[in-house]
Amino acid sequence: MRAVEVSRARADRALELSPRVALRPEPFGALCYHYDTRRLVFLKDRDLVRVVETLRSHDSLTATLDACAIADSRRTAFARAVAALIESEVVRERADG
Amino acid sequence: MSGLTAELKRGLDAPICLTWELTYACNLACVHCLSSSGRRDARELTTGEAKALVDELRRMQVFYVNIGGGEPTIRRDFLEIVDYCVAGGVGVKFSTNGAFIDAAMARRLAASEYLDVQISLDGIDAATNDAVRGAGSHAMARKAMDNLAAAGFGPFKISLVVTRHNVDQLDDFKQLADEYGAQLRVTRLRPSGRGADTWPELHPTNDQQRQIYRWLLTHGEDVLTGDSFFHLNAIGEPLPGLNLCGAGRVVCLIDPIGDVYACPFVIHDEFLAGNVRDRGGFAQIWRESDLFLSLREPQAAGACGSCGAYDECQGGCMAAKFFTGLPLDGPDPECVGGDGELALAGVSPGSAPRSSADHSRPVRPSPVTFVRR
Repeated sequence: MRAVEVSRARADRALELSPRVALRPEPFGALCYHYDTRRLVFLKDRDLVRVVETLRSHDSLTATLDACAIADSRRTAFARAVAALIESEVVRERADG
Repeated sequence: MSGLTAELKRGLDAPICLTWELTYACNLACVHCLSSSGRRDARELTTGEAKALVDELRRMQVFYVNIGGGEPTIRRDFLEIVDYCVAGGVGVKFSTNGAFIDAAMARRLAASEYLDVQISLDGIDAATNDAVRGAGSHAMARKAMDNLAAAGFGPFKISLVVTRHNVDQLDDFKQLADEYGAQLRVTRLRPSGRGADTWPELHPTNDQQRQIYRWLLTHGEDVLTGDSFFHLNAIGEPLPGLNLCGAGRVVCLIDPIGDVYACPFVIHDEFLAGNVRDRGGFAQIWRESDLFLSLREPQAAGACGSCGAYDECQGGCMAAKFFTGLPLDGPDPECVGGDGELALAGVSPGSAPRSSADHSRPVRPSPVTFVRR
């Protein structure tokens, strides 16, 4: 899948939640709203919310997944989800990365 | 049903899509007005109360509000309220008939971030539009669009309520939007407000419902719908968007006097959850009102339970059923299976509930000039 290839290519890049995005916790995970694209994005997993929120504190997606103790069996799905978030501009590459 | 839809049905900590009507005053008297607007209500929120409400929305992390009316730009403090929202990180999309969007106002709006403008137009030509929205309203809307384009506003929205008479103009509307670099928004006619009186003559026929479905399916994500056509999903492949009634779950309405209703289409005591002036404010109403909590409970399929399409159409729109006198646990009046028409035939004339707030202006023998107050 293309999305996975994108994510693999970026797994070692420094990422962050876009500063143009507001993230609101909800029982199912979180709602993201992008003020520029005016799009709503649903994060349907609380662990994914933790990952997205802490991307900025780590040097790569892999390091973030390590820090959040995400099991190996779930990492492909997480990489795919983060790739989709890059696609929708919710997550972006960090300038210092 | 997807896990997400199930979660949304149980409600969110704050609405995704909040409609806030700033005033019942309007320079027009559209025959399908959802809020029966016309005259200002003396109890409307003051500037200070409006700002306090914005503060509360910001604390709840409401991302944006859909401001409407009435004609919201009639309020003298309109820009003050909009600026206050935007400064606090609450994005604004406002609906207008365009009457007050002159060149200067267009430049002012173009300079603001997080601001979307939605101009209402219900016919591609003056004859079709003005029959619904009133004499001169087509020219007024087009002038406002010209002013926004000239000011470099960017992609504003053109908002169309689809009726029996403009359904064949959907392609023309798309072309008009493309010419302006605008985005087209197509929504469903509801039998709410003054629309209760005109819905029988204006609402699309069953064949036209299928025509709308095919058109929306073809244009997909290009055209906004406010997810208002989910009753058409019974036809086949689902339309883009959330397939559920969001009333009290992900949407609600705050009316000009601060009354909170389950959605913009049900201004009636039965769907009134409280008032933002109440102790506890809007947050408490959203999170704890009996009405909203009950709307988040599983809803009975009733007469629709035995229909194979129920999972797709969810029984349709609560407001459409309510104001046509149909039971809420039965088919939508525009059920594409034809069950709504059958049910409507059994409703005795005059028995459907009427909206509790009517601010219509008295019918005048000649047009009057309207000024901002």
